[in-house]
Amino acid sequence: MIVGNVVCPFCGCLCDDIVVTVEDNRITAVEKACTSGRSLFLNVHTQTAKPTVDGKEVEWAEAVDVAARILTDAANPLIYGLSSTASEAQRKAIALADLLGATIDSTSSVCHGPTTIGIQVEGEPTCTLGEIKHRADLLVFWGCNPAESHQRHFARYSVLAKGKLTPGGRRDRTMVVVDVRPTLSTRRADVFLQVRPGHDFELLNALRALLKGQDLDVDQVGGVEVARLQDLVERMKSCRFGVIFFGMGVTQTGGKHLNVAELVALVAELNAYTRFTAMPMRGHGNVAGADCTLTWQTGYPFAVNFARGYPQYNPGEFTAVDVLARGETDAALIIASDPVAHFPRRAAQRLAQIPTIVLDPEMSLTAQVARVVLPTAFYGVNAAGTAYRMDNVPLPLKKVVDSSQPTDEQVLDWIIEKVKTCSA
Amino acid sequence: MAMAEFVLITGRTAKQGAALSRGKDSSEYRQATGFVQMSREDRECLGVEEGRRVRLRTVFGEAELELREGDVPPGMLFVPLGPAANTLIAADTQGTGMPDSKGLVVEVELI
Ligand code: SF4
Repeated sequence: MIVGNVVCPFCGCLCDDIVVTVEDNRITAVEKACTSGRSLFLNVHTQTAKPTVDGKEVEWAEAVDVAARILTDAANPLIYGLSSTASEAQRKAIALADLLGATIDSTSSVCHGPTTIGIQVEGEPTCTLGEIKHRADLLVFWGCNPAESHQRHFARYSVLAKGKLTPGGRRDRTMVVVDVRPTLSTRRADVFLQVRPGHDFELLNALRALLKGQDLDVDQVGGVEVARLQDLVERMKSCRFGVIFFGMGVTQTGGKHLNVAELVALVAELNAYTRFTAMPMRGHGNVAGADCTLTWQTGYPFAVNFARGYPQYNPGEFTAVDVLARGETDAALIIASDPVAHFPRRAAQRLAQIPTIVLDPEMSLTAQVARVVLPTAFYGVNAAGTAYRMDNVPLPLKKVVDSSQPTDEQVLDWIIEKVKTCSA
Repeated sequence: MAMAEFVLITGRTAKQGAALSRGKDSSEYRQATGFVQMSREDRECLGVEEGRRVRLRTVFGEAELELREGDVPPGMLFVPLGPAANTLIAADTQGTGMPDSKGLVVEVELI
């Protein structure tokens, strides 16, 4: 059987044109996806996996029982992850956090959390990838490397895409990359500005000054000649529709949210001359959905705490790395993410010291240190659901092969019911 | 034992992305995340061959990785996201939730 228009749930591009061949409930061929997407579809397990408690296989009822007890016994439980699950499950995770008085945070805090803080200061430029495909003639990629991290971005939405007002595709667009090192993306660019690590803020600030017509009494800023910055400002002012896509080169270097606020301020000022916008390159398939769902459920996009019975927001206080590294949390529920593989060591180690529960289709490094492992279905392959693309457009994930595993949403429902009876 | 100081950058690569779905126990994942890239100039200056194991050390931790030549500017090292990179980055987020994952000072020691 051939299934068309499948949405790939791997990265924030959520390409919705994947063609998957299924034989005997196994995926045998994948067309149109990039290497990351292909690998995801071809490696999803279809065999039944049982939950485990302390490394021993148990029935679902028992595993859910143990998980609910761990969470109700904890003084300050943490729910973390959410970026590779469907929004239906994200909603349940928030309901559970509310019920427990827990802290809930998504992987946003370690990718574009600073973006959120930055746009809370400066305002949020928005547009869809469709607008960019059809209109944008100047594409700036700042601190990101889509040729490796979002491999089909250029072809589907940006550099190479042929749109209504950009029928020539690549010919109709100018591509600028700002990065600290040459990458596969910088090789494709018309203009590559190599900034010294940690000098993004200075560069953005210099661009704002030049845009205002101020003279800079230096020859270069952050390793880039002022003449080249002046050239970029002219391109920005004179384009028809410009966009800055930005990645973790902006959010993870010194300055963090201040870099984003400066970038957004530049974009706002450019709108005095032409249509200009900015978009974070969201990494995981539904990390944008984690922000959206948390926001419409609690008013805040990440780093939310329910200990007082109502949601409070405070990055640095209620973000996962901080509550773990400071030893403030005494139980953790990790949903569809792998903090042991991605957190600084001190934060990761804490997950092995406290009772940790993992909901994940994969046997992640976090699952290997967890007390309770709940193997769930893979959204977008084994289960249908909703995911938000990097431009916050929700798309329906399909079920292409059957699985006997329950979904994250179902398991969270079971835990919620159990927690209610435990607390009663 | 030679020591030198560099600026560390961590990030995604296409191979690391594809290896994720093969499982973090797979040799693909270990290979895709277990190396450090250095410029040719720095490699020659340190007099170290490709494939050699080196120890990277920041104030937060250390990791042993395979040295590869790569297209990075002199003075900079690149390590793909993964368990090795995590041992080198800070858990202090300065009130943002985001650890310092890029731009840390790192020492390289030949082992
Ligand atoms: S670019 Fe992203 S969404 Fe598209 S196929 Fe590749 S991994 Fe999947």
